[in-house]
Amino acid sequence: MDPIHQFEIKKLFPIARIGGMEIAFTNSALFMLIGLLLILLLMLGATSSRALVPGRLQSVAEISYEFVATTLRSTAGTEGMKFFPLVFSLFMFILVLNVIGIIPYTFTVTSHIIITVSLALLVFFTVIIYGFWKNGLRFFKLFVPSGIPIYILPLIVFIEVLSFLSRPISHSVRLFANMVAGHIVIFFLIALTVLISPFVAPVSVAFALGIFMLELFVALVQAYVFTMLSALFIGMTQHAH
Amino acid sequence: MADDARERGDRKQPPLDEAALSARFKRLGERLGHVHSDRPSESSPDQRPTADPSAIARGFRLSTELVAGVLVGAAVGWVIDRWLGISPWGMIVFLLLGFAAGVLNVMRAAGVVPTKTLDPPDSN
Repeated sequence: MDPIHQFEIKKLFPIARIGGMEIAFTNSALFMLIGLLLILLLMLGATSSRALVPGRLQSVAEISYEFVATTLRSTAGTEGMKFFPLVFSLFMFILVLNVIGIIPYTFTVTSHIIITVSLALLVFFTVIIYGFWKNGLRFFKLFVPSGIPIYILPLIVFIEVLSFLSRPISHSVRLFANMVAGHIVIFFLIALTVLISPFVAPVSVAFALGIFMLELFVALVQAYVFTMLSALFIGMTQHAH
Repeated sequence: MADDARERGDRKQPPLDEAALSARFKRLGERLGHVHSDRPSESSPDQRPTADPSAIARGFRLSTELVAGVLVGAAVGWVIDRWLGISPWGMIVFLLLGFAAGVLNVMRAAGVVPTKTLDPPDSN
């Protein structure tokens, strides 16, 4: 009856030992590999035939391509399309891992904040490095709004910097918290049959089914939100001419 | 009908016929231009056939923006306290600033304040 038990990391077999730390192949790594293989199969299977009238697999791949491309183009502009490989990889990775996590007896990789923070920081540092490379010191103008009286400017700059730094946090916490919360809710709805009495089963299972559907939707939406915010963040650096 | 006849005529001619080939290319280009011309309209939000997914995304976005601002403020305040040894003051100031940054985040996410970009000053 431990709701957190489903998120436990288990070591499957050790790979290497660096210093005093054991580097093991965990169930998290296993499910990441499974997700990666699924994406690879989907994309290779979709592009192998390259039919003009797409088949089932090909239309799934085409829809996801069009979806991410439209999102990126509308938020970061046509120039943002050079980040398409990164954004599309993020979208597919998060989407597939979220959906895999919903299946019972699987492990939800995105329910660990270390994963979501890593993904968010990847975008964060990409934006910073690219912004400096492209705009030089003009990048700092991002923190200095125009048309502000000089005596409150330092305050505004501090607030802008904090707002900028908070982006990867809100980015990663949102994904992680949504996945964990949804799984715990489903767990407790089912656990009610044991905790109270077996007679609540019809109600709790019906509710669990509803939440289950909601979770499927949330898995999709969270992948989209992560993608859209990455695109938005990338777009911040894009409009300099 | 006339179009069909012309196309059939094109096909019967040997491909080496440069004039016919260029005419066909031109027609193809025109048709492709026709297809591509409705591309940019996709980005305008009211012409999307399905429900706008970015509205849901915006709703989900609001949920953590404020908390993230406060958390970052607290973290920065704590680090400054440790570095400079001015114990409660860094935390107090940066928690307040973090709260302000969180409110700013929420206002940006809700679209009340425009998102900051590196636009040249004449364009906005």
